[in-house]
Amino acid sequence: MLATANLRFQYNNSKTFNFQDLEIGDGEHLLLVGPSGIGKTTLLHLLGGLLKPLSGGIKIAETDITQLSTIQLDHFRGQHLGFVFQKSHFVNSLSVLENLLLIQSLASRKVDRTVAFDLLKKLDIADQASMKVMKLSQGQQQRASIAMALINRPAVVLADEPTSSLDDSNCTKVMQLLRDQCDINDSHLVVITHDQRVISGFEKVVSL
Amino acid sequence: MNMLLLSWKNVVARPLSSALSILLIALGVGLISMIILLGSQIQEKFEQNMKGVDMVVGAKGSPLQLILSAVFQIDSPTGNIPISAVEQLTKNRLVANTIPLSYGDTFQGHRIVGTDSSYIGLFDAEVLHGRVWNTPMEVTLGAEVAERLDLDIGDQFLGAHGLQEGGEDHEEAAYSVVGILGRTNAVIDQLIVTDTESVWQVHHHEENQEGEREITALLVKFRSPMGLVTLPRKINQNTNLQAAVPAFEISRLVGLLGMGIDTVSVIGIIIIVMAGVSMFISLYSALNDRRYEMALMRCYGASAFKLVRLVINESLLVTIAGLMMGLVLSRLGVVIISAISESSYHYALDQLSIIPEELRLLAFTLLTGLVAAIIPAIQVYQVNISKNLSNS
Repeated sequence: MLATANLRFQYNNSKTFNFQDLEIGDGEHLLLVGPSGIGKTTLLHLLGGLLKPLSGGIKIAETDITQLSTIQLDHFRGQHLGFVFQKSHFVNSLSVLENLLLIQSLASRKVDRTVAFDLLKKLDIADQASMKVMKLSQGQQQRASIAMALINRPAVVLADEPTSSLDDSNCTKVMQLLRDQCDINDSHLVVITHDQRVISGFEKVVSL
Repeated sequence: MNMLLLSWKNVVARPLSSALSILLIALGVGLISMIILLGSQIQEKFEQNMKGVDMVVGAKGSPLQLILSAVFQIDSPTGNIPISAVEQLTKNRLVANTIPLSYGDTFQGHRIVGTDSSYIGLFDAEVLHGRVWNTPMEVTLGAEVAERLDLDIGDQFLGAHGLQEGGEDHEEAAYSVVGILGRTNAVIDQLIVTDTESVWQVHHHEENQEGEREITALLVKFRSPMGLVTLPRKINQNTNLQAAVPAFEISRLVGLLGMGIDTVSVIGIIIIVMAGVSMFISLYSALNDRRYEMALMRCYGASAFKLVRLVINESLLVTIAGLMMGLVLSRLGVVIISAISESSYHYALDQLSIIPEELRLLAFTLLTGLVAAIIPAIQVYQVNISKNLSNS
């Protein structure tokens, strides 16, 4: 489903990152752990096509995304990827529900209020559906951003430190939610973190 | 969620700065479009009423005043002239025809003009009801007069002395309505037209010491352009009369008006440019907070072009909202000014549809909106997704 080979990356003339090859099979989720500065976020952005590698290949859903043009990459992300960032980002002028509808339409999917609302219900933030995202609490915002990552049923969900701003109980809940929803959607979850609390429950853990 | 709706929501999400930009555009567009509308209509009115009048002969005084009073019926006359003084002129071989005018009385603010039936022909006015007068004290009404004063054939009224309302009535002689003219959109719509003889009857004292009869002005049409070259100068130098050429006087007046129009237009353009700057600042500063959401939309499949269109749409939406408001404001202004000019000059300026000069204004304003969005659009195009979404 997802495989990398000889992935190398360099920010302008600074040190070069050499990443070990990764592979996720059907039904697998992947946890990437490692200390700060080792290039975890860089690797996640490479997997998401947000950065271009110096060399090497990244295969997602039978496509080598390093070969895609910028516009093809934009389209590919919309079709196959979901993102959860450490800090939640939204289109602030829209409500929670409208953000989901926007993501549906950006990926040229059918704009379906029912699907979006059901997802919010599963994530327990249906009551906040018509609120502006800025009015939500931190935990609610994180759940809303999970909804955004999942709304288009992507092949791969990339999560960058999804729990770092959450307390213990929320941390467990959010990780459980992410894994459960990915299972339901047949999505592969790739999480990077230095948070020791989330290690349990992943069948595949890679240390960078 | 379509992109145009998103653009609109983004505009509404910054209510104050959007409102400021919209107001500035509305003000600039409103000013310019109002001045364009008024200018074109005033010029049109002048030309309509000047048709067929090459020269006006009247008493000495200001030539512009003579033209305004005799041709457009919006100023006081310069005085009266003895009819014998112009008899010779009427027979001049350079003169095609002449129309005598005697005025000075009004009825409820509408001027009563003594003339002959060729005055009606000057405006190609048709008699809608009744007929043209054929004996003194019979009058034919302009379309607007009949409508406003609700007069009909057979009605009688007394003329009041003077051009201002509230003058003393001429009680000894009543006019009776025998006909109503169709609408011409020229000055005759506002006039009560009668025979020159009627005015003499009402003002039997209006004969000079020698008992000569007088008129107020004489409209002259030349047989050839030669008349224009020689006659006005000859009259002005050799007689006690004054000759004025409407085309000259009005082009001088329009020149003066034009300067006013240019000044207001420049002010309007400056306001529109300021609106452009305000839109630029609004978009640019908002973009700082919106870098994340731009990066986010790229993550979910939006191409850089799509985001560029989003920003341009936001600017154009504000511009179009301002344009609409400006056009409404200018029409409102014209309606108000028309009401004022109608009550004091009986001139209606009621052209409210979009005129070609305004299309250039619309294009200029839209272009300003577009230019205001260029730099923000470039920034959006270059947004670094990875950098804006990483933890640091």
